[in-house]
Amino acid sequence: MTLLAACGGGGDTPESSSAGGSDGSGAELVIWSDAERAEAIKNAAADFEADTGATVTIVQKNFEDLRADFLSQVPTGEGPDITVGAHDWLGEFVESGVVDTLDLADRAADFEPVTLEAFTYDGQLYALPYAQESVALIQNTDLVGDTAPTTWDEMIQMATDAGFGDRPFILYTNGAEGDMYTSYAFQTSFGAPVFVQDTDGSYTSEVGMAGDAGVAYAQWIHDNGAAGTGYFTDTVDYDIGNELFATGQSPFIVQGPWTIPTFQDAGVNVAVNPIPSAGGETASPFVGVQGFYLSAQSKNALLANEFLANYVATDEAQQALYDADPRIPALTAVAEEVADDPIIAGFIASAQNGVPMPNIPEMGAVWDFWNAAQIALIKGEDPQATWTGAVGSIQTAIGG
Amino acid sequence: MSEAPPRESHARSWRGLGGGFVAKLLLMMLVNAAGITAILSAYTAGAWVILAALLVGLLAADWIYFSKRAVPLKYLFPGLVFLAVFQMFTLLYTGYVAFTNYGTGHLGSMQQAVDAALIQDERPVADSPQYPLAVVRNGDELGFAIVDAGDTGRVRVGTTEQPLTEVEGATIGDNGTPDVVPGWTVVPRADLFTDTDLQQQVVALRVPISDDAEDGSLRTREGSTGAIYTSRLVWDADEQTITNTETGVVYAPDDRGSFVSPDGDRLAAGWYVNVGFDNFVRAFTDATYASPLLKVTLWTFAFAILTVLTSFGLGLLFALIYNDPRVRGRKVLRTLMILPYAFPAFMSALLWRGMLNSEFGVVNEWFFLGADIGWLSDPWLAKLAILWVNLWLSYPYWFLVTTGALQALPGDVMEAARVDGAGRWRQFRSITLPMLLVSTAPLAIASFAFNFNNFTIIYMLTGGGPAFSGSSTPMGSTDILISAIYQISGVSGGRADYGLASALSIVVFIVIGVISALAFRRTRKLEEM
Repeated sequence: MTLLAACGGGGDTPESSSAGGSDGSGAELVIWSDAERAEAIKNAAADFEADTGATVTIVQKNFEDLRADFLSQVPTGEGPDITVGAHDWLGEFVESGVVDTLDLADRAADFEPVTLEAFTYDGQLYALPYAQESVALIQNTDLVGDTAPTTWDEMIQMATDAGFGDRPFILYTNGAEGDMYTSYAFQTSFGAPVFVQDTDGSYTSEVGMAGDAGVAYAQWIHDNGAAGTGYFTDTVDYDIGNELFATGQSPFIVQGPWTIPTFQDAGVNVAVNPIPSAGGETASPFVGVQGFYLSAQSKNALLANEFLANYVATDEAQQALYDADPRIPALTAVAEEVADDPIIAGFIASAQNGVPMPNIPEMGAVWDFWNAAQIALIKGEDPQATWTGAVGSIQTAIGG
Repeated sequence: MSEAPPRESHARSWRGLGGGFVAKLLLMMLVNAAGITAILSAYTAGAWVILAALLVGLLAADWIYFSKRAVPLKYLFPGLVFLAVFQMFTLLYTGYVAFTNYGTGHLGSMQQAVDAALIQDERPVADSPQYPLAVVRNGDELGFAIVDAGDTGRVRVGTTEQPLTEVEGATIGDNGTPDVVPGWTVVPRADLFTDTDLQQQVVALRVPISDDAEDGSLRTREGSTGAIYTSRLVWDADEQTITNTETGVVYAPDDRGSFVSPDGDRLAAGWYVNVGFDNFVRAFTDATYASPLLKVTLWTFAFAILTVLTSFGLGLLFALIYNDPRVRGRKVLRTLMILPYAFPAFMSALLWRGMLNSEFGVVNEWFFLGADIGWLSDPWLAKLAILWVNLWLSYPYWFLVTTGALQALPGDVMEAARVDGAGRWRQFRSITLPMLLVSTAPLAIASFAFNFNNFTIIYMLTGGGPAFSGSSTPMGSTDILISAIYQISGVSGGRADYGLASALSIVVFIVIGVISALAFRRTRKLEEM
């Protein structure tokens, strides 16, 4: 084994191989990951371990726990060297000083620009992106054919013609709690972004959804809620929404790639397309990017950088990560490879319309008020008052 | 006085091998071994408070178990240790955090904030070439050897003190980095990767490109390539300030754990400091919290009291019914009755959440003819739903407890009452209930305290919603204090403020403590009856 490892490493790191494959054995790199990614990271780590002799220990955690644990443990020196994470954690990480910067140098050109933008904060890159994802319009082709509707009205018409006038579209609202993440694309189609973006794409802390455009969007939710057409209800949680779609009770749903297996297992033929515009402008969903953060307190910063730059930012590693957990790869070449699948191509098309979810810490103050406003509007409360109230609360929360 | 002295414990006497003394000795050896290991690792980690606590604990243990006195302590000590570790520590730590601004942006030490500021400020120079690089050393001095850009094949070496200068006679290895540098030893990459101290030195090493600091300096991230970076911020350890060399602005630490410029400009990363009673003042005086927090407090009391009353009542009712010898199959029925108790509470709450869904839930479908009743979206119905589900979850507990208590009631008293001609209601009201309360009232107080902080059911069933309309805090109609704390402290996501959260939970702790103390005093009166 030792000999094999030494030979394997001979190509690009002569120093380590000349000294024998076992001499990196004292080094240990600790990576936090969730269960889905752990196996793929292990595969990427196998080459790295053979080349450097270092061991890579993957600590499995729930994805939701990674953020809080990283924040609380890095300052105590107990954290990992690297963690898997979502890009919208970045603002908090930067403010808490727990992440190190990264330099991709020439490799940066190989990545989808939106994925690098997402991990860029104040002009600095903070993580190695490996996947992006966004929601898209999923339609049941057996019920409404595979023509992609381009506007909301067109979509409703298609569904009504097919006999689904009562529930032409499934709006996921996380039950009575509200979920603006999924329906954000409709909001942007009214020209009301949550935060105003600078010319270079980075978010400012100026709330962009105040004013007429935002109210027009609120009016639209209201008109499709209990006080209007009744298409939107506060009863659809994740399982119910997926079941309604999977059992053919409604032909259209906006959801992410993670729901596709559920629908396919139920025997539904799906087509995936960009989200239709409800307010006239382009419907831009949030793009979420997943990547690898490097701890600011890592004692193995050289080793960790070596691993990220030369073993994770490779086509093979990204492909392995995709196979383990199918999200659109961040490396353009790998993304193009997997776009042969029309479903993936649909999600890529939707993501290309998208904007990165804000990575500024102010975003944390938005969700509660924003989601609550959605539910209030669906229940039929006054659009003008509800919306301006919610925007005012968000501005207060950010200011204070 | 005439009695013989008590026989000596066999844990202390030595009567050859096989005595209790040997067992004690072995146990104490284990305890000491574990204790010394812990002390040593606390020493290496530099955790002095923990080290001191361990030392005191270990010495106390040895003294207690080898001394002839302190007999009661021999029994109490293990319990006291657990109390200290699991209760006192958490309490004290919460108390400590409540007086700091520990939270997002203030998580680490001042030194870590300085590190973060310097990391965040240092940027690669636009279109800097990537130089093949090797780490070289000469004694204690570390440096970089790079191969110049282009085809020149020149090797240049530099250290922190000495800007890059060309060296003659260096050769370049197969992988493009220098492998022999006259006057310097090339550090093998394997050594770099295994030595964490060396890694940190290399990562921190900055080699100036030229004598002009404006040109930037070379750094490496993985030990085989280097690029030019510039940094504007300089840390002055003596003055404890960070200076922006470009604008000349000096950032000095303030008493809130941030670096602030004279203009009030704040650097992103801060550290945590003691802020005194600030968090408590904020919790009580912030106008945006006041009105919703009052509503939440009232509902918390209503929720805890009503839950205890309803579940106690229902449990007792069933206990009375199933305690009657005339009921057939009591054992089977009793087993069925406690089934909800055996189910994890958060699972039940999630199931009920589905069942109470106004459009798809079975409750509306089966019992209300498919009517559209918003159990979870109407403020009052949501409260009712919470009480109902908690009743469903907790009556089996009271059923169990009261069944036991009923069976322990002295039969002769009941018989005497019957002989005296008391009716069923009279018997229940004057004898059964008061006697029952003596044994169950402390449990009711415990149950009240538990429900006062019953985060699980609120979080899983309604998430605190529906939100207060028009309120500028993220609280809702079914939020109880503990779930409201979770919301406003930002611990649920966003800008976490553990200091505020700790301060609020201490307030809740005091409220519960006072109520429990008062209630226990009342129950003592019950016992005197």
